[in-house]
Amino acid sequence: MFKQFSDSTTNTIEVVLNGQAIQVTQGISVAAMILAQGLRFNRTTPVSNSKYAPFCMMGVCYDCLMVIDGKPNQRACSIRVKQGMKIDTQQGVGPALRTSVGG
Amino acid sequence: MDNHYQLLIIGAGPAGLAAATTASRLGVSCALLDEQPEPGGQIYRSIESVSGQRAQTLGSEYLRGKQLAKAFRDCDAAYFPETQVWSLNNQRQVGILHKEESKIITADQILVASGAMERPVPFPGWTLPGVMQAGAGQILFKSAGMIPDDGVVLAGSGPLLLLLAWQYMHAGVEIKAILDVTPLSNHLLALPKLPKALLAHQYLSKGLAYQKELRRAGVKTKIGVSSLQANGEEYLESVSYNHFSRQQTIETDVLLTHFGVIPHIWLTQSAGCHHIWDKHQQCWRPQHDEWGKTSIDGILVAGDGAGINGARSAEHAGRLAGLQAVYALRVITRQERDEQAVNDRKWMLDDRHIRPFLEAYFAIPDEILATPDNHTIICRCEEVTAGEIRNAVKNGHGDSNQVKFLTRCGMGPCQGRQCANAVAHIVADAGGAPVSDQSHFRGRPPVTPLTLAQLASLSEADTQ
Repeated sequence: MFKQFSDSTTNTIEVVLNGQAIQVTQGISVAAMILAQGLRFNRTTPVSNSKYAPFCMMGVCYDCLMVIDGKPNQRACSIRVKQGMKIDTQQGVGPALRTSVGG
Repeated sequence: MDNHYQLLIIGAGPAGLAAATTASRLGVSCALLDEQPEPGGQIYRSIESVSGQRAQTLGSEYLRGKQLAKAFRDCDAAYFPETQVWSLNNQRQVGILHKEESKIITADQILVASGAMERPVPFPGWTLPGVMQAGAGQILFKSAGMIPDDGVVLAGSGPLLLLLAWQYMHAGVEIKAILDVTPLSNHLLALPKLPKALLAHQYLSKGLAYQKELRRAGVKTKIGVSSLQANGEEYLESVSYNHFSRQQTIETDVLLTHFGVIPHIWLTQSAGCHHIWDKHQQCWRPQHDEWGKTSIDGILVAGDGAGINGARSAEHAGRLAGLQAVYALRVITRQERDEQAVNDRKWMLDDRHIRPFLEAYFAIPDEILATPDNHTIICRCEEVTAGEIRNAVKNGHGDSNQVKFLTRCGMGPCQGRQCANAVAHIVADAGGAPVSDQSHFRGRPPVTPLTLAQLASLSEADTQ
């Protein structure tokens, strides 16, 4: 879906996405990171269990909610990746949905 | 962070930065709060950290943010990035969340420079992963250096669509098509506004130059497009549309849409500032005078959060509101305020000559704002459809807030930011009354979701 433009930094850090340790670009938002990883959704909706992905990227739509370091309902577009951060797909209103990357 | 400032500014876009720089240079104790980690707002996002190559691709207008950010960094205003503002009341008390701790701070003057958000316009399939707003595409590019890797379809109406296409073209992105839904009848309606727009011809010539470059590069622009629809089982697979009575489909995994921008009014709403429906801009905005004063004493607005006028105008309005705040604090006289405001007032008016033309040219027709497709989800959070809203109106609930109580639309985590306008348009459409008669969802604090733990972190001194 998305790739890094040629000028982008090559400095990487390690995060744990859905239980899997991966190297990601430093300084970008969690939402940008999951799009770069090809993860096609970050949560399922509480009402119809539909898959949602980041939509506005500016903190107003709340579609990009994820479980970050154990805390649910975090806006992935407004939080930057940090070394060792644990990021999980969110199921409905809370608990993490265990799934494979890209799933 | 102190508990009190003479001037508190919310939002570090062009208006907030210019206001903070102006006021602090005149000796006022001033703090600027912002959600982002860096100054610049959405328009100049990542302006301090962006690489030269990326900045060049984004264009000269973007680079202007560098001067603004530098002047702000050189002034004495306190700056609190990564800070959320979750309430504002008419006593000028501001609830904030900074480093996971809540706090209430007060100020003698408050400037809300909350900026704009994309106008959310529901259409069939708009909740599918892969459909995003054009602003999201731009933010991904500015802040993360990310671009679509397997082509993109751009759809909607408005100058941002053209700018993003131009930026993507220079970044080497394959643009599968630009689907322009602007009704062809708008061209005629905008014509009488053209002479005035020529006074701000730099915008027109830039737009025409972008179009020409895109055409030369072979980018397909379809005009007069209707019935836009995103298709896919679980994720976006294709986009279909109607073009001169022919149904067309394009395969794509990314669709970026744009239907203009609207002011972000959640704070001024919850503070109780008087808001009006602006029929030209097709949105609600806080009522304010030429200095940015709202209906509440000591609360000012500037920039796109006060009404859509663009980044340059926001900068001028920010300086004017900054001067007004300093005058209200009795640090300068009325005459000093007026004298120092002369240039910004003139430049702001000059810059705004383009607006009536843009508003008429890019006016979104009612049938797009109130989708006729009853299966389309309007409230993305609570997944309420247009049909459910129309049913509620049919059963006698002829007001947005009644529809909200009945259907839960607007009650999810975004608190109605994505559906308030669409609900008003659908209620108007179903009830037969104009949208200007509709009420906006009542905004209540906290305007951003807070956990009880975050709320409980308010210190005792704050809650007494």
